[in-house]
Amino acid sequence: MSAKANHEIDPFDPPLVEGGHSFGEITEKVCSVVEKKPGKEPIYWWLLLPIGFTGVGALHIFLGWLFWEGTGTWGLQNQAYWGWAIVNFVFWVGIGHAGTLISAILYLFRQNWRTGINRFAEAMTIFAVCCAAIFPGVHIGRPWLPYWLLPLPNQMGMWPNFRSPLLWDVFAVSTYFTVSCLFWYVGLIPDLATVRDRAKNKIRRYAYTALSMGWRGGNRQWQHYEKAYCILAGVATPLVLSVHTIVSFDFAVSIVPGWHTTIFPPYFVAGAVFSGFAMVLTLSIPARHMYHMQDLITMRHLENMAKILLLTGMLVGYAYGCEFFIAWYSGVLYEQAIFILRASGPYAWAYWTMVACNVLSPQIFWFKKARRNEFVLFTVSIFVNIGMWFERFVITITSLSNDYMPSSWEYYSPTLIDIGTFIASFGVFIFLFLLFLRFLPMIAIAEVKAIMPEADPHHHAGHGKDDH
Amino acid sequence: MAQLFPKWLNALPMVGAVVGGSTAIGAVIVVWWFFSPKYTDVGYQPKQPVEFSHKLHAGDMGLDCRYCHSNVEKSQEANVPSAQICMNCHTQVKQDSPKLKLVRESYAEDKPIEWIRIHKLGEYAYFDHSAHSNAGVGCSSCHGRIDKMEVVSQAEPLSMGWCLDCHRNPGEHLRPHSELTNMSWKQTLSDKEIDALIKDRNLNPPENCSACHR
Repeated sequence: MSAKANHEIDPFDPPLVEGGHSFGEITEKVCSVVEKKPGKEPIYWWLLLPIGFTGVGALHIFLGWLFWEGTGTWGLQNQAYWGWAIVNFVFWVGIGHAGTLISAILYLFRQNWRTGINRFAEAMTIFAVCCAAIFPGVHIGRPWLPYWLLPLPNQMGMWPNFRSPLLWDVFAVSTYFTVSCLFWYVGLIPDLATVRDRAKNKIRRYAYTALSMGWRGGNRQWQHYEKAYCILAGVATPLVLSVHTIVSFDFAVSIVPGWHTTIFPPYFVAGAVFSGFAMVLTLSIPARHMYHMQDLITMRHLENMAKILLLTGMLVGYAYGCEFFIAWYSGVLYEQAIFILRASGPYAWAYWTMVACNVLSPQIFWFKKARRNEFVLFTVSIFVNIGMWFERFVITITSLSNDYMPSSWEYYSPTLIDIGTFIASFGVFIFLFLLFLRFLPMIAIAEVKAIMPEADPHHHAGHGKDDH
Repeated sequence: MAQLFPKWLNALPMVGAVVGGSTAIGAVIVVWWFFSPKYTDVGYQPKQPVEFSHKLHAGDMGLDCRYCHSNVEKSQEANVPSAQICMNCHTQVKQDSPKLKLVRESYAEDKPIEWIRIHKLGEYAYFDHSAHSNAGVGCSSCHGRIDKMEVVSQAEPLSMGWCLDCHRNPGEHLRPHSELTNMSWKQTLSDKEIDALIKDRNLNPPENCSACHR
């Protein structure tokens, strides 16, 4: 039964599922991707897989070399002791934020359009946090001792410094990762059960039976499930704000000019949501074509994300401006010097790349035509990804390499190992994402069905609209 | 659809929790006990090239530690004595003892005896004997009852936590300078006297990383 048969399309609330699909067709559409015989995956999947796999291998080589030789293989200097590793860490953690925002905050605000994209935004979150976790682990110089980050009793009588935001960061990111995984998995259970019920071959049946944890889809199970989901959304909501706040504390709690500012927490959170949504766009536009999901990830979804990019892009732009204003208004010489250097010093090229990508490029989304054009959306999302990486680069590198003593200033340049490690981390991300697309339902089947007109008990014409 | 998994698998979460939990606790206990320097290092007792008895010299005959380890108050190292020190006495006593063959050779040929070091610190740890003995930390605080050891063995773990225990709370191990080499010394000072002593000697044991890891 199609929605169009009963309803005129409301221009302010266009349907979130197009093409007049029935429930069965939706199940078929999403599950068939997972159920394809090996070798029948889309051609682009096969083109991307070796890229991802090469990245995973290359990462091992680059990290192996790092472990063997030490952090001297990176472009670190006496002043710039936080190089690309920290830039990459913040970049990847930031990307993770859109997943939780979509899954938790949009859920609590009953934003129905989240259902089309939440599953793989959450997957993206988890994989991004995995990529992020690599960097602080390997940048510590003695990478076989990362457990020193944790408060474990030991014969050295040593204890992490609880006044250090670096320790808070360990807790923030690991909590975030745990809750994101739980949330993702709980959301997957009904869909895994659907795949299980459709499974024809034995291995699949055993695997998906184990994964779906005895889900039968009874009324009682659904009631518990909805409650659990809502509680998890509540738990995850503060994390959206807390994680990047604490990441920003890594900088803001220090007294380095350009870092020691109170605007950092909201500035970082806005930036994180900004970069996260850009990455969701970067992933969803190719994915919806690769798997013909245009009816489930509609232009309305993409347009909504474009609006969020516009908003958060301007928030980030405001923060850039505010930093300059406060530097001038505070009258602190060093603060002023570092901001003048950012915009006109040796890294001015990076600064203006950042401004162009993050502040200027999303402005095109004031136009509806641009918001509904996949080419523009994809291009701007790439620009934002680039710009947000440069934002972290500008913050980390400029403040460190131009410290209080001009005699020790030095231009920071990365080594090939730096660049290679970063590119390889994209390989890991792509590889994990391709595996996800292949083995798990990429769209939340049960949730998408719940927002279709058929799921509304009042969906027949007029019923429920005039106080029936 | 028929049940794929047998019913007893319902116990899996509980079994998993119990097995996983006890494995984790077991691992903690194993690491805590067997990986600790208290287990791995304390009691290290290598066979020395010369059968020198600290019990005889320092214990029964009551030689002061500093007669042989003469630089303990002046130098970073509490030096191992040269054969000349041994021969100060052994030109007079036990001249022909077969146990002293190596010492006589060393003395005659001017070739050091290759003693085996027992108390080893990591190369990344800086330690100074003179600083500790001048602060009033006596020999037995770290080396144990040497006067009762026929063959010397390591008495304390020498781990970082063990160092820090004393650096954080040194009072218990501080004695009058006259008692420095007294092996049977026990703390008799009151807390007040200890505080006065710390103040008097201007003691401020460092706890920062670079105090030892220079």
